Amino acid sequence: MSATLKKLTAVVPADGEVPLFKEGDAVVIATRSPIGHYRMPTYLRGKSGNIEAVIPGRAVDNEEEGYGRNAGSKGYYYRVAIPMTEIWPDYIGSANDGLRIEIFENWLENPTDV
Amino acid sequence: MSEQHDHDHDHDHDHDHAPITVDEKPGYFDLMETAVRELLIERKLFGADEIRRQIEVLDSRTPALGAKVVARAWTDADFKSRLLENGRTGCEELGITFYDDTQLIVLENTPAVHNLIVCTLCSCYPRPVLGLPPDWYKLKPYRARAVYEPRAVLEEFGTSIPDDVEIRVSDSTAIIRYLVLPMRPVGTEHLNEAQLADLVTRDAMIGVIQVGYDREAA
Repeated sequence: MSATLKKLTAVVPADGEVPLFKEGDAVVIATRSPIGHYRMPTYLRGKSGNIEAVIPGRAVDNEEEGYGRNAGSKGYYYRVAIPMTEIWPDYIGSANDGLRIEIFENWLENPTDV
Repeated sequence: MSEQHDHDHDHDHDHDHAPITVDEKPGYFDLMETAVRELLIERKLFGADEIRRQIEVLDSRTPALGAKVVARAWTDADFKSRLLENGRTGCEELGITFYDDTQLIVLENTPAVHNLIVCTLCSCYPRPVLGLPPDWYKLKPYRARAVYEPRAVLEEFGTSIPDDVEIRVSDSTAIIRYLVLPMRPVGTEHLNEAQLADLVTRDAMIGVIQVGYDREAA
């Protein structure tokens, strides 16, 4: 068993090959403002949430795809859960109400690194 | 069509009406679409047949497909669990293809959770199973308000969700599309799959209304 584990840890995956985040992880959405095509709505930048699910299979970064650049840019999308009260301080409704959105990996940050 | 619209053909109606013509100048995007289409055809990158074929693909997608999926999920627990596990392969079981290469997450409404879908950036929509989105879905008031005040938006559709029920708004942006699996209405135990499908409307699969059943009217 330990020999198997040792062998497995010696395998180095390529960048973007394995998901950076797992279900339940806390994440912060990046606040950058790129010029051009983007898929990260402005109202969610800088907000905190949790990974609800890793979307199975790697996919092209839609922002790159918008410029016809697909090669080598595959990565993971995540279904991220964000409480409405985190997005809108004046939210009217239940404190349990929430938003779900799919976010490409390069928009997500680990809160302890921020 | 002639300007005169002389009524020498048989008409079931006798009121006057303006001849049906397009008098407006084409807009910027109309001209761009025509120019790009003509260039693609001229350079043989695309044929008129392919364009017609794609229009046929789009025209074949209507909310009736989504309703069939919902009714199957209501009547077949195994199918429902497969559908919730992977929306796309679930729909493909019923012969619904995903020509736009999107994935599908089916969101189940329960007594504790009500789902609503929106695309704040543009008009992402589960077209393979529902066809084209309604105009209001594509316009800014819905796109902005669905994520900011979903309960007020739902009230305007006549849908009142109690405060102890969680509202989940799914904003589609990239490769995933969403379809709401509404709750099966009470009193429909005697209905078969086809009769159930008749109850399921487009708006219920977007999540702005719930599926109703009026036994008296049925």
